Amino acid sequence: MRSFFNEVKEGLLISFQAIRANKMRSALTTLGIVIGIVSVTLMGTAIEGLDRAFTKSIAAIGADVLYVQKWPWGGGQEWWLIRNRKDIRIKHAKDLEKQATLAKAVAPATGTRRKVKYERKVVEDVVVVGTTEGFTETSGANIAFGRFFTSMESDGGRPVTVIGSEVATNLFPNENPIGKSIKVGNYGYRVVGVFDRQGSILGMESLDNRVYVPISRFFKEFAHARQGIQVMVKAASLEDVENAKEEVRGIMRKSRGLKPKEADDFAINQQEILVQTFNSIGVVIAGVGLFITGLALFVGGIGIMNIMFVSVTERTREIGIRKAIGAPRRTILLQFLVESAALCLLGGVIGLAIAFPLSLIIDQVLPTAMPLSVVGIALLVSVFVGVVSGFLPAFRASRLDPVDALRYE
Amino acid sequence: MSPMIRLSNIKKMYQMGDEEVHALSGVDIEIQKNEYVAIMGPSGSGKSTLMNVIGCLDTPTSGLYELNGTNVSEMNDNQLAKIRNKEIGFVFQTFNLLARSNVLHNVELPLIYGGVGSADRKRQANGAIERVGLGDRAHHKPNELSGGQRQRVAIARALVTNPSILLADEPTGNLDSKTGEEIMGLFDILHSEGNTIILVTHEEDIAAHAHRIVRIRDGKVEHDEKVKNRKIARAHTTTTA
Repeated sequence: MRSFFNEVKEGLLISFQAIRANKMRSALTTLGIVIGIVSVTLMGTAIEGLDRAFTKSIAAIGADVLYVQKWPWGGGQEWWLIRNRKDIRIKHAKDLEKQATLAKAVAPATGTRRKVKYERKVVEDVVVVGTTEGFTETSGANIAFGRFFTSMESDGGRPVTVIGSEVATNLFPNENPIGKSIKVGNYGYRVVGVFDRQGSILGMESLDNRVYVPISRFFKEFAHARQGIQVMVKAASLEDVENAKEEVRGIMRKSRGLKPKEADDFAINQQEILVQTFNSIGVVIAGVGLFITGLALFVGGIGIMNIMFVSVTERTREIGIRKAIGAPRRTILLQFLVESAALCLLGGVIGLAIAFPLSLIIDQVLPTAMPLSVVGIALLVSVFVGVVSGFLPAFRASRLDPVDALRYE
Repeated sequence: MSPMIRLSNIKKMYQMGDEEVHALSGVDIEIQKNEYVAIMGPSGSGKSTLMNVIGCLDTPTSGLYELNGTNVSEMNDNQLAKIRNKEIGFVFQTFNLLARSNVLHNVELPLIYGGVGSADRKRQANGAIERVGLGDRAHHKPNELSGGQRQRVAIARALVTNPSILLADEPTGNLDSKTGEEIMGLFDILHSEGNTIILVTHEEDIAAHAHRIVRIRDGKVEHDEKVKNRKIARAHTTTTA
């Protein structure tokens, strides 16, 4: 065991001498490994970033909330059939609200886009959401100032509104928005509350550039009564989600007058569908990344093998000397394996040194950090490539005949 | 007392294309402990092959080779490597030092392969370097040393494991005659300290340092006799024959 340790140490010493003696050659040789390691670490970092962004943004959707909608998330069915479905209406939301026993809260929601004005300040293209007081429960969003509208205000269709944080900062940079009158489209509303910042869902749609109004008023002022809605149902608990889903399905089927053999003409969406979709995208990204990385490492490995053959030939005489003074085959084999692994490890370290600043650039676009596990894997992989691609040259070196090797010029 | 080396009917054949070449065709030699033997012969006589066999770098095609009572003629590569490490110290014409390593590391190398721990290794290597008179050069690289000094390093490396035999192949071949004399003087001293030395050379002058000369021709021992007028190196004493 101690002699094995000594031999590895000796092997490392020799390889550092050899690498130092052939700086240019070593650097060029490791290029393939460098590229491979850069691509594997950046890929890992990017996936980590996507993961984080995804986890953060789908938190807004809520794991325990069911979305009763016309369109299913994640696709799968024929769109032309779905298009012909009847819309979801207030009536269904009311039935759900009355009958669902496993629901903590039910809130219908529908939306459109309007200008929002306060005095001279205008915010274009704000999403106006019509909903009920149940929305505070189903959305899980926190109110920063003021309050959400009450059930009385909601039922009575009062001109009150709760605004998103982005709208609030744009309209009221230096004032307290609570109690102020704003115009949503052409209609006056009184601000009763402001939401906390929520970010966006999958980087696409901001949840903060919104205003919320009672849905009964929404249908009077902003939309035709035929506009479809969605209904959000928050389950009593996370464990009850699946049961609640069955219950919602039953109530919806009855409410929509479906016969027992007819298929559902609505979709019950939930966060899990997005997670599954995302994971399958993640698998594709990782697969492509792995393929590119594998290719780079394979080419790099061939380069290493090539240079190790050169190194063995150049040092035939040295191998002869070592054998003459008693190095067994195993030791020579180990020496060249260590050298090849050290060369690749060097490539790995250079690769990480290049990838790290690049990961900081990625961080600007997609908040992330190079995961420590990726660093570890990168180093392990480079050593592995070194050992695999160094084996054949090392084996050849170990089998050299000492007499011939000593005579080699 | 059994001899240190016993070669009986050693044969070595090579296949050169369709032709069979007999490099050694039945060699019998016995060498006792603390003998100082020169093996001589013209090129192509088989003396190099004989040296490789004695040095366990090569195995004979047939015949028996006993080293210190152990039959080494049928050992495999790894067993031979172990024998070379423990029992044989090589000194080559071209020194054969590792160019990138310093003197200390060159001398340490056989001990590394022998599995000697770091502290013992340093102590023994430094001792061997002292013995060849290079104590102040331990951290120099071979290319910073003269030819004679390099050969001394090679001798230190050969000595460091306390081998049964020192096997020197034309040790003065790449040195000027004065430096060559100094190296031969060192061999004389090592012999007087109890080492067994086998010298392969084609120079009568050098061979005259040995106590016994074995002459090889056409793969056979042609002549094996004690040296009557032994030459003593000037570095050792002033007397010359």
